[in-house]
Amino acid sequence: MNAVAGAAGFSHRFEGLRSRLPGAKLPWLDALRGEAAESFGAQGFPTRRVEAWKYTDLNPLGHVSFDEPLTLLDGGVTLPPAIAPRVVFVDGRFREDLSDHPGARSLARHLPELEGRLGVLAQPAREPMAGLNTMLFEDGLLLEIGEGVDGGVMELLSYATACERPQAFHPRHLIRLAPGASLTLIETATGAARARYLHNPVYEIEVAEGARLTHGRLQQEAREAWHLSTVYARVAAGGVYDNFTLNAGGKLARNEIHTALTGARAQCHMNGAQLLVDGQHADTTTALDHAAPDCSSRQTYKTVLSGKSRGVFQGKILVRQAAQKTDGYQMNQALLLSPDAEIDSKPQLEIYADDVKCSHGATVGELDADQLFYLRARGIPESEAKAMLVEAFLQEAVESVAEETLRGALARAVDGWWRAEAAA
Amino acid sequence: MGMLKIENLSAEIDGKTILNGISLEVPAGEIHAVMGPNGSGKSTLSYVLAGREGYEVTGGSATFHGQDLLALDPEERAAAGLFLAFQYPVELPGVGNANFLRTALNAIRKTRGEPELDAMQFLKIARERMKALSMPEDMLKRGVNVGFSGGEKKRNEVLQMALLRPQLAILDETDSGLDIDALKIVADGVNAQRAPDFSALIITHYQRLLDYIIPDRVHVLVKGRIVKSGGPELAHALEKEGYASVQEAA
Repeated sequence: MNAVAGAAGFSHRFEGLRSRLPGAKLPWLDALRGEAAESFGAQGFPTRRVEAWKYTDLNPLGHVSFDEPLTLLDGGVTLPPAIAPRVVFVDGRFREDLSDHPGARSLARHLPELEGRLGVLAQPAREPMAGLNTMLFEDGLLLEIGEGVDGGVMELLSYATACERPQAFHPRHLIRLAPGASLTLIETATGAARARYLHNPVYEIEVAEGARLTHGRLQQEAREAWHLSTVYARVAAGGVYDNFTLNAGGKLARNEIHTALTGARAQCHMNGAQLLVDGQHADTTTALDHAAPDCSSRQTYKTVLSGKSRGVFQGKILVRQAAQKTDGYQMNQALLLSPDAEIDSKPQLEIYADDVKCSHGATVGELDADQLFYLRARGIPESEAKAMLVEAFLQEAVESVAEETLRGALARAVDGWWRAEAAA
Repeated sequence: MGMLKIENLSAEIDGKTILNGISLEVPAGEIHAVMGPNGSGKSTLSYVLAGREGYEVTGGSATFHGQDLLALDPEERAAAGLFLAFQYPVELPGVGNANFLRTALNAIRKTRGEPELDAMQFLKIARERMKALSMPEDMLKRGVNVGFSGGEKKRNEVLQMALLRPQLAILDETDSGLDIDALKIVADGVNAQRAPDFSALIITHYQRLLDYIIPDRVHVLVKGRIVKSGGPELAHALEKEGYASVQEAA
């Protein structure tokens, strides 16, 4: 059965595993999975005829047959150094032995408690990849920060091991910050150099009244990996959701973020950088739902492309009629370092309230020849001069990251990308 | 021997000849001025010497201490001791001035075999030099030339020169956009560099900067060639009579 490729392969797997998946005996969860399987079975992987997937083609995935990851229970992996107390998932499975954060809990072990919470935000019928995740998730992070508690900094490491055949995993992360709580969560998604895998995580995030979540995501998957992630966040009155996503690894990556501001004065920052080398495709798709008055949102995305790489940015801001006094801003900018690189950018505003401030912009450019000459005329070698200009281009997005651990991790990631790029 | 030796140099941009057989020699320790009307090729000369892309050298040569200058990359020319003070200093948003200055200084020091300076060592030196140029210290914290006035940009150029200590400085219309006080500060900055192993090529339309930096020689550039050379008095004559007389000669 494993030989069946693409979407059909996953549907077959679901049929075979259905009764053995975590929580199979919970009727509400089995029904949730069943519905997701039905819609995924009917749609398959989205094609480019679907508007939301116009610029990102998943067709190559349809020719790969993915295996279920082998369950590794101990040893055998060398993980990247920790940047904070961490929760570790290897090939999509929670590894208690490698985790040292006291709040680390496996979703799979607590499923009976999650009726009415899991699946509330995700839209499997609308987002096929969330459908695939709902159908097949086996584990994920379950995290709750209590009322008024400062949860500090936590790292979520997702690591993929190398396997002879491609493997797929679909972790489901459920995060809730109670009123007034705060947390910095930094996810690192990476894998062994030659690993080939599909990492398809779904996040469901609740930020309650006055709570604040800083969510950093460093997508640095192995070079032959596919990373397709979908984040759903809901922010209540006075809450803040701060997302920074670095999209730098993998062969094909898409980070899709759906944020709904549902209480007055909620705030959302969605920033990010995409750093691409030859042969990579990266897509950042955001959907921001302003559903309450006096909310503000800021989005700044920067893409740097070299070689024959392709970047995509799609950003939609919806301002509902109730969302008076909305203050929305969105900017996406691309820097093309090569004539073979391509960027597609699609900002979208949909406004039903009449008293709002909403702006967006997009730019595409190359390194400025005058700036480069100026630096070189001061004795700075060409590669270093280019690095300075690329860093300057990214600065606006990077400086939006106030939290130090995240900022440091991000700086190292940018530096690593540039060294790899200079060596190419 | 000349520190800078230009022989019969011709160059074009987009197929249009701008430099038409310039010959010029600047000995070590001397300051020379190149004066000329608009469009005579003054800026092109400075860009060709500094190695800016887009100019095609179609004939002649330029050597620096006997080394073929035209074969070097811009950063190699800077490392060899050449410095161009830009007519229009470039703004670099997102690049902090301190970081820029230190990176440049360390790049040059590295090629000289000198140890790199850490941030504290650098700041100490930079602050001294800035004080001499009456530059407010917060200019270190800002983006390179971003939001600088015309005069501040030019002072920032002279600051870079003072830090990098080149052997040959080419000052491209450094006097443009400066009021008289700023002009004096800039001139003092250049005069402070004067030494037996420091030369300068001052490119200017007007004579007024030469009241403060007295050149050893003045050359008149018209239609891409030197039509007249002389002592400092030549600048005064040009100021009085204008370029019309020399243009006719060309």
